[in-house]
Amino acid sequence: MRHFLTILSHEIRMLLVSPSTYVAAVLFMTLMGFIFTTVLETYTKEAQDLPPAAMFFQLFWLPVFFMVPLLTMKCLAEERRLGTLETLLTAPVNAAEVVLGKFGATYLLYLGLWGATGGFFVILHHFDRDPRLLEPGPLLGGYLFIAVSGLMFVALGVLASSLTRNQAVAAIITVVLTLLLVWGPRIALNHLAVLDLPGLQPVRAVLDYMLVFRHLDDFSRGVADTRELLYYLSGTALALVFSVFSVEAKHLHS
Amino acid sequence: MSDPTPAIEVRDLVKTYAGVTAVNEVSFTVARGEVLGFLGPNGAGKSTTMRILTGCMPATSGHAAICGRSVAAHADEVRRLIGYMPENNPLPEDMRVSEYLHYRGRLKEIPRRALGPRLDEVLELCDLKRVRHRIIGTLSKGYRQRVGLAECVLAEPPVIIMDEPTIGLDPHQILIVRDLIASLRGRMAMIISSHILPEIEVTCDRVLIINQGRVVAQGAPAQLRREVLGAARYELELAAGAAGLAALPALLATVEPTLQIVATGAPAEDGFGQFRLAATNPVELGEPLLRALAADGRFRVRALNRLQPSLEEVFLAATKRSWDTVDRKIA
Repeated sequence: MRHFLTILSHEIRMLLVSPSTYVAAVLFMTLMGFIFTTVLETYTKEAQDLPPAAMFFQLFWLPVFFMVPLLTMKCLAEERRLGTLETLLTAPVNAAEVVLGKFGATYLLYLGLWGATGGFFVILHHFDRDPRLLEPGPLLGGYLFIAVSGLMFVALGVLASSLTRNQAVAAIITVVLTLLLVWGPRIALNHLAVLDLPGLQPVRAVLDYMLVFRHLDDFSRGVADTRELLYYLSGTALALVFSVFSVEAKHLHS
Repeated sequence: MSDPTPAIEVRDLVKTYAGVTAVNEVSFTVARGEVLGFLGPNGAGKSTTMRILTGCMPATSGHAAICGRSVAAHADEVRRLIGYMPENNPLPEDMRVSEYLHYRGRLKEIPRRALGPRLDEVLELCDLKRVRHRIIGTLSKGYRQRVGLAECVLAEPPVIIMDEPTIGLDPHQILIVRDLIASLRGRMAMIISSHILPEIEVTCDRVLIINQGRVVAQGAPAQLRREVLGAARYELELAAGAAGLAALPALLATVEPTLQIVATGAPAEDGFGQFRLAATNPVELGEPLLRALAADGRFRVRALNRLQPSLEEVFLAATKRSWDTVDRKIA
């Protein structure tokens, strides 16, 4: 793992000098600002049950669907297309270091972008000193949820990018995977009557366990369940291990 | 150089992809500090052999070792011993030259303190000082190639493997690459593959010709010429009457029993015709031949020339020979 930091710092540097990072950041902030103002507008119309932070994070999936693919699609697919992955792996570097370095850099950027949305709350606090609007519990819980779930989403993006040399294909795979994970269990539980059969109770339990929106609710209420943490951490580990396998396998059999 | 193990050792290497045999029982060794030229037509298995040596690709069977360490068993160690420049020299488009080399230096475990001076040295060696702050994507082909070379020699590995390093370079840039290789001669063992035969002839100590995945000839360029094309060939220009022409083979036999006419050109208007002669004896036959021809009144000699076959001819002859053997096997 001695090259992990070298690759990580290199990747962060490359992200920081790349114009596409700033384009993505501006788009992200615009969308999030739009969501935030919409949330605030609903509060001006009538009283709501949820604090604004909780409502804001309810829409986390919208930026996840387009930001995660944008950030991750390039990381391994581009290197493979250019052939630099081969040169990288003929240096005394192993595939795990490459995958972790790239994952780390992308994840830090993802966190940084979400961290920037904290500015919205600072501005809100500056102009409206009503403490009810800024309950720290849902706010911190929401950001914790973003940080933990982001691990898995970014890892899935890296996995998709490791599977192909085409960035568009990588992006589509990422969108489909995140879509399945975020909406899949919810839609299945709500609309599949088959799951009510007694024999399918275990499937129902599994889908229930995977319900991302329930995880978000729990985190927002300040409940950091270890089972939920484990879900994201093991998902991340699995996706990264498969990425390493994919890099090694394609390297050896190309 | 006191280390007795060869820098590169390849024994009975076989690589098959989906039923196609790309490399078929190739064996060779490269001594420490030796420069080996790797020649072959497209698809001969040059790149495949090189990629197996770098650990990019597993061999189907056979043994490959770098400095005595098996490529298959000690891939990590082997990576520290080689500098590899792949075909087409892939480089990241959006980095500066010095940044890229710095990053590669860190990956190749050059100590941070030694890296700065080493970078300067390499940039100087590859004549890249002027472009060190340019972005690689904006560089011309020649410069990109030199960035690849600089990256290759950066960590001073004992073995350098370059897949077509001079492709797409202009003569001036080829000279620079040639000088660079000459300056590394003796310090590092090198394998260079190329289509440019004179290039190989000048820079390499030994040439290995590979065709259809098999080694068809190997040795020093001069030795190869003898082996593949017979010992000596001459070009003779003379004028003679019909009787003289008929007597020519007999006269040649008196000079050297194996000396024969290989080809006869059509006589020009002034009566002079060209003859190609070949002998298996490598001894210089020019003087006795001229003397014999001058002594005989029937011949008027205008020119005699001992032909130096180029590596090109050797290459064509050797690869043709292997096609013949391959065809015969099928039939």
